[in-house]
Amino acid sequence: MRYPKMKWLAPIVGAIIMAWTSNVTAADVELSFYYPVAVGGPITKIIDGYAATFEKENPGIKIKAIYAGTYQDTLVKALTAFKSGEPPDIAVLLSTDMFTLIDEDAITPFDGLLKTDTDKAWVKSFYPAFMENSQTGGKTWGIPFQRSTVVMFWNKDAFKAAGLPNKAPDNWDELVADGKKLTKSDASGNVSQWAIEIPSTGFPYWLFQGLTTANDVRLTNSAGTETYFDKPAVVQALQFWVDLSRKDKIQPAGTIEWGTTPKDFFERKTAIMWTSTGNLTNVKNNAPFAFGVAMLPAHHGRGSATGGGNFYLFKKMSDEKRATALKFVKWMTTPERAADWGIATGYVAVRPDAWETPAMKKYVADFPAAAVARDQLKYAVAELSTHDNQRVTKALNDGLQAALTGTKTPEQAMKDAQQEAARILHTYK
Amino acid sequence: MTQSSGQIAHGIDGGATKPLPHATSTGVTPLARPSGTRFRMTAHIHGWLLLLPSTVLLVTFTHFPAVTTIIDSFFSTPKGRRSAVFIGLDNYQAMLDDSVFWRALGNNIVYAASVVPLTIALALLMAIWINGKIAGRPFLRLSFFTPTVLPMIAVANIWLFFYSPGYGLLDQVFGLFGFASHNWLGNEHTALACLIVVAIWKDAGFFMIFYLAALQQMSPQLAEAAALEGASRWYFFRRITFPLLMPTTLFVLVNSIINTFRLIDHVVVMTRGGPDNTTALLLFYIYEVGFKFWDTAYAATLTVVLLALLAVLAIGQFVFLDRRIHYQ
Amino acid sequence: MNPVNQSSPLTTALETVGAWVLAILWTLPLTYALWAAIHPSAYSADFVIDAPLTVENFVKAWNAAPFARYFLNTFLLVTMILAAQLVLCTLAAYAFARFDFYGRDVAFILVLLQLMIMPDVLIVENYKTMSALGIVDTIPAIGLPYMASAFGIFLLRQTFKTIPRELDDAARVEGAGPLQVLLKVYVPLAKPIYIAYGLVSISYHWNNFLWPLIVTNSVNTRPLTVGLQIFASSDQGIDWSVITAATLMTSAPLLIAFLLFQRQFVQSFMRAGIR
Repeated sequence: MRYPKMKWLAPIVGAIIMAWTSNVTAADVELSFYYPVAVGGPITKIIDGYAATFEKENPGIKIKAIYAGTYQDTLVKALTAFKSGEPPDIAVLLSTDMFTLIDEDAITPFDGLLKTDTDKAWVKSFYPAFMENSQTGGKTWGIPFQRSTVVMFWNKDAFKAAGLPNKAPDNWDELVADGKKLTKSDASGNVSQWAIEIPSTGFPYWLFQGLTTANDVRLTNSAGTETYFDKPAVVQALQFWVDLSRKDKIQPAGTIEWGTTPKDFFERKTAIMWTSTGNLTNVKNNAPFAFGVAMLPAHHGRGSATGGGNFYLFKKMSDEKRATALKFVKWMTTPERAADWGIATGYVAVRPDAWETPAMKKYVADFPAAAVARDQLKYAVAELSTHDNQRVTKALNDGLQAALTGTKTPEQAMKDAQQEAARILHTYK
Repeated sequence: MTQSSGQIAHGIDGGATKPLPHATSTGVTPLARPSGTRFRMTAHIHGWLLLLPSTVLLVTFTHFPAVTTIIDSFFSTPKGRRSAVFIGLDNYQAMLDDSVFWRALGNNIVYAASVVPLTIALALLMAIWINGKIAGRPFLRLSFFTPTVLPMIAVANIWLFFYSPGYGLLDQVFGLFGFASHNWLGNEHTALACLIVVAIWKDAGFFMIFYLAALQQMSPQLAEAAALEGASRWYFFRRITFPLLMPTTLFVLVNSIINTFRLIDHVVVMTRGGPDNTTALLLFYIYEVGFKFWDTAYAATLTVVLLALLAVLAIGQFVFLDRRIHYQ
Repeated sequence: MNPVNQSSPLTTALETVGAWVLAILWTLPLTYALWAAIHPSAYSADFVIDAPLTVENFVKAWNAAPFARYFLNTFLLVTMILAAQLVLCTLAAYAFARFDFYGRDVAFILVLLQLMIMPDVLIVENYKTMSALGIVDTIPAIGLPYMASAFGIFLLRQTFKTIPRELDDAARVEGAGPLQVLLKVYVPLAKPIYIAYGLVSISYHWNNFLWPLIVTNSVNTRPLTVGLQIFASSDQGIDWSVITAATLMTSAPLLIAFLLFQRQFVQSFMRAGIR
């Protein structure tokens, strides 16, 4: 009997088999490498370029670079792959995922591989601010790769039009005072230009840390087992944020969408925006006005949380593979490469000597704004990171959003968030 | 289709076991005719063989997971080297204490209760318009149906633009009339409504086609008879058209409800459940718990609730609505 | 179907206006997508008539993510699913419609369960199953839960039952076995249903997002929807010009197919008598 439909299946099956086949020879060591793309630009091309160069310099090693989406997507992908028995060898994941990855028993620390003195010195060659989220329990679990901080972008033209001097507000009081001058309403009383937008969707906690650090208070302990959301200084910082909309009326009410904040800035809907330094190239290319980049305003202290991703080594690798993986990680974080990566993407080059390379020096000379994030590093703190990190940050995020929409008072919101976080963390103490 | 569902409610599919009045004279006995055990055995074997591939897949990917979901909800989540441990009703207790769960459940019910009636009403209205004498019907039909062929994940980004405060389309249009800009998606009162609008927009055109097909099947004699009696359009619709469309309405109702629980792509793109869980829907929360927090046992518990909800709705529809359906 | 009484010209006019306004509102997202995709980013929120035109957005979108691969994956996926569905559902519907066997009614009810309990809601458990089978991150893994479609079985069973048994008998008289009867009598007569079902299935699976998101990890298996979402969710912020260009690119096949075949589409639904 003939089954006409079967004829169609053959080429399909063939294509599927082709899609399954890899083109790696038996002798090659193949490293699979998951990475996120969190900023615009031809990131995949750059990474593929790096992989190709590494392969050329190191014949016998193949790098399979897999572009996995946002940090969130990449973590999901890496963990699902790990749980189904086929983990990647290396992944660039958020520095804050460290505890989660340790708890899932998915990663190995770098220490076992760092035998020589040069190796040990290598670990010390990165900015300490970035290493804070990379080390715990005396071990190094991640190596910084694409790291960032929050910075403040400000519209110089808007400042001039408002009669303000040509500098960004340096502290909270100045921010409010400048803000009142920058907020413009039209004839019918509707606001046409806001002074500031601090985004509150996606990961409001990260921007919130810009406020808590300025208020000289920490949100967690370094072991990731305790949170301090309901400390008075934290509540004060939240109150300040809420007041920007409610009392001072210089920020839009409700939650502010992270994804549309840069566009708001370009459209002159806001004169100041807080966002990742990873947006630097985007703003440079698209802002139709002169703009400045500044450190976040100070209060009782100054600073921002670091952000971004580290290299992690996954378990279930043979020793040979692990040594190769380390080679790749080292290669990707040489000063020249770190500088190249920083220039191409807007991330902060992760080691001081990268900033001393000729390419980087030239870049900073042409574009001084690029160095602001680096200079802020001495005030930078670790990004919020605990065990069961996603859950705990969700509790905090929900609380922040509740306060910003006015559903709860800052005090109540933080109390509830702290309660929830304590409940989640009590099994990790 | 609804014909069969009625028959399901009454149990047996008639016709298969009745001997036909004209018995064959050539001696070839068609299958499904119970004349002798040998043929009955063949029918049974053939029947199950034909059914086998589908059965295997259905059991593996629908029935088996449904059962393991229920089982897993009584265990803890395996983490690292710790394997799952039987913990009885602990997960359910945690769920009852979880305010986000109640939020998600409440949101989903409000969401479904808003989307379904409005979608059905619009689909019917669109079908009636297209079935009527309005000018430009091909364009209308095209416009109404286009949202169906676009992926939700893609159009959600466009709707994100529409809802953006200030320069978004909605605010630009409202601005022309002098209204202030509004933070549609960032405001706990309007965020869910915005998603409801998107869902209605997406599905109404699809269901319109079913209504259109049904309307065109209606005999024109009915209309003529009613015209002779002097019935008004509204009367005709209410007493004749709508009841005759009940089978279609049931079909549309079932699918619309399923979609409100199944389709969460727009939540992922537009609000991610925020602000403060005002747009969290049940399946979205399950996805977060299962694939962001990796708490698979709790995700199973939540899924049990979702399954129970769907089961109740299914039974409710077939039992309750089935009574009121007129068949031609 | 004519209205019972002829409405007054005013009512007709009002209804026409109403329908047109609704239609224009309904196409607004697509219209906006067209606008934003062919104008530079600066004009994505600025609707001035004389904004410059550009194809740069399409170029940028195409280069920023491997859309060619995504297209291939989606095409393979949709074809595979449809082919499997057609075969499996035909066989199952034939069994339900024309065979009497033990447990048939129970089996049918179990099939109907899938109408309400779709694979989409069982993502956590189905993911575990795929893991256990070792096929996570493959295209078949995306398709397997959908291949035995209760909707398809239901539809085809309904259709097969309306085919007169005389045709069945006639073919049998000529010495056809059960499968040949199926192929020669039932399948050809059910063609409009197959077309309608095929269109629904293709449309559904081309646009499916959540399950493919979970099951796929790499570029080799990702369909368009997942690729589009990954591409659109940069931390850097949304550039509607590029995103709408990507959206148009990924929706174009379905959209064009629908534009070309909309009459057949609607007609096949009607002839199928789905109500």
